[in-house]
Amino acid sequence: MAYDKFTTLTSSVVPLPIENVDTDQIIPARFLKATERKGFGDNLFRDWRYNSDNTIKEDFPLNDKKYSGKILVGGKNFGSGSSREHAAWAIYDYGFRCVVSSFFADIFRNNCLNIGVLPVQVSASFLKEIFEAVAANADTQLTVDLPQQTITIVPSGKQEKFDINAYKKANMTNGYDDIDYLLNIKEDIREFALNRPL
Amino acid sequence: MSAKKTLFDKVWDAHVIKSIENGPDVLFIDRHMVHEVTSPVAFLGIKNRGIPVMYPEKTFATADHNTPTINQHLPVADPLSANQLKMLEENATEFGISYWGLGHEKNGIVHVVGPEYGITLPGATIVCGDSHTSTHGAFGAIAFGIGTSEVEMVLASQCIMQAKPKSMRINVEGSLNFGVTPKDVALYIISKLTTSGATGYFVEYAGNVFREMSMEGRMTVCNLSIEMGARGGMIAPDEKTFEYVKDREFTPKGAAWDTAMDYWKTLPTAADAVFDKELTFNAADIEPMITYGTNPGMGIGISNGIPTAETVEGGVATYKKSLEYMDFKEGDSMMGKKIDFVFLGSCTNGRIEDFRAFAAIVKGRKKAPNVTAWLVPGSHKVEAAIKEEGILDILQEAGFELREPGCSACLAMNEDKIPAGKYAVSTSNRNFEGRQGPGARTLLASPLVAAAAAVTGQVTDPRTLMELETA
Ligand code: SF4
Repeated sequence: MAYDKFTTLTSSVVPLPIENVDTDQIIPARFLKATERKGFGDNLFRDWRYNSDNTIKEDFPLNDKKYSGKILVGGKNFGSGSSREHAAWAIYDYGFRCVVSSFFADIFRNNCLNIGVLPVQVSASFLKEIFEAVAANADTQLTVDLPQQTITIVPSGKQEKFDINAYKKANMTNGYDDIDYLLNIKEDIREFALNRPL
Repeated sequence: MSAKKTLFDKVWDAHVIKSIENGPDVLFIDRHMVHEVTSPVAFLGIKNRGIPVMYPEKTFATADHNTPTINQHLPVADPLSANQLKMLEENATEFGISYWGLGHEKNGIVHVVGPEYGITLPGATIVCGDSHTSTHGAFGAIAFGIGTSEVEMVLASQCIMQAKPKSMRINVEGSLNFGVTPKDVALYIISKLTTSGATGYFVEYAGNVFREMSMEGRMTVCNLSIEMGARGGMIAPDEKTFEYVKDREFTPKGAAWDTAMDYWKTLPTAADAVFDKELTFNAADIEPMITYGTNPGMGIGISNGIPTAETVEGGVATYKKSLEYMDFKEGDSMMGKKIDFVFLGSCTNGRIEDFRAFAAIVKGRKKAPNVTAWLVPGSHKVEAAIKEEGILDILQEAGFELREPGCSACLAMNEDKIPAGKYAVSTSNRNFEGRQGPGARTLLASPLVAAAAAVTGQVTDPRTLMELETA
């Protein structure tokens, strides 16, 4: 489905300074039983947010009232594990539009791009600076500028460029998705398929 | 240029319909497999757009992720699971897709049944909304997991849009030690590369160790490619591959088979091809492996101690958190650790060879009283072979029961959940926090290590039990 356009975003952040956050943490398998793309935000990081008796774990960043915003900042190797797009849906449904990390797992990155969540990969040192700035002041804002491909720590003005391929960038800024593109070249696909005997 | 192509390049390039400048390639997909969990929203998308499935005969549906593994003839008790299964059946029927549902003789885990029925072929592109689709790479196919938006893309257009990954070749040369299985080879490689070491790459496994492996073993290795971050892994097709795929239901027959064979033989990587990255390991360095932490990269040779935080790469805090979850201490020996559950199954180790290995150790022994064992075949075909080969008798005599096929405790979406705080030696592929049930503690290992744990009730070097027999 086509999604919201993404151009620039300035927001405070929720920091999650943990490495190797895998998709089983982002959304545990037992919450994958829906047949519609709704309500996954409630179970985002379920087992880190709630105790087994469903009481809230106060010290988990998503539960800490100090932190809010549309940008999630995670540690290195974010989103490893399963291909479940539900992980990206949960992040979106919770209200995030951008995830920042120094390294993303491939499928997760793709899934985010396919639903309009922007994955921004920064250097390890820049990630550290973000975490430090947020630790010093929980209201610290980041500006993510997709057309310029920059991310800025607002108070200090520190900035870094990030990579995104031109095609995906155009899709995100226009709110198009791949299916729109593929349906337009259906004839080419048909012709190609004639020569694939399988 | 063409002379220098790798196996991966050859298969990829043969499927590119268009390359978008500064963007992805439009890749044609030969075979698409769907299951109940990651497909409903994709079908919903197709319906919302009001379009048909473009090539329904190229998509195959099986139910596996949240199916029960006992009493499959009864209605599924969990209403949410039952609903997903119903949706899959309805969607398959509506769009004309073959559907091997619960109770169907061909039902089983998607990555087990694909090869069994010849859906998986050399030189093909194969995708499925499950990251362990990499399994099919064992046949020299490009196979990888996709997200639900991409499932929708394949349904709508038989294509996905992907940037071509970088290439990596992993060579393992030499002879494997006694008691070392394909699972150990894979866990060893992941422990060296870490769970992100191959991110951005597609891996080719080469060297005599993989050439000598059975197709089942190759599937185990390729299955685990994703656990080091790779999109997928593949092994050049050879006589063993052709022998395996010949005469299966969906493989080409007659003249089409001869044409296919001629093509498949051209697939192996050219001698002078260059990879973006190349690694070589020595088979002799590999021991039976076991994991002690909360990602598949946290594995060690079974006779080694748990590494201390200073010696590991990555964050110390994350490492300590992981050991805390497992309730293990730095420097601890894994051997002798009490365990509560054993899980033999999954698309990693749920094939007939895995049951043979497990049976070889439990034969003439008894299940330890403190252990609950779930032995789950990957498919009905595997289940039938277990019975035919007399393996079921061996298992039953040793006090084990056989369950019905499905993903089961690999991801614990059905009732097969390891309780909080309990330890499970598991032949599956992920030991993430809560993967096998909230609070569950998973030790990944081979079927031999699982069998040794099942009869001793603790982590045990399987070689000690095997040597006894040969002595
Ligand atoms: S057995 Fe596990 S990894 Fe394999 S398809 Fe099922 S859930 Fe996925």
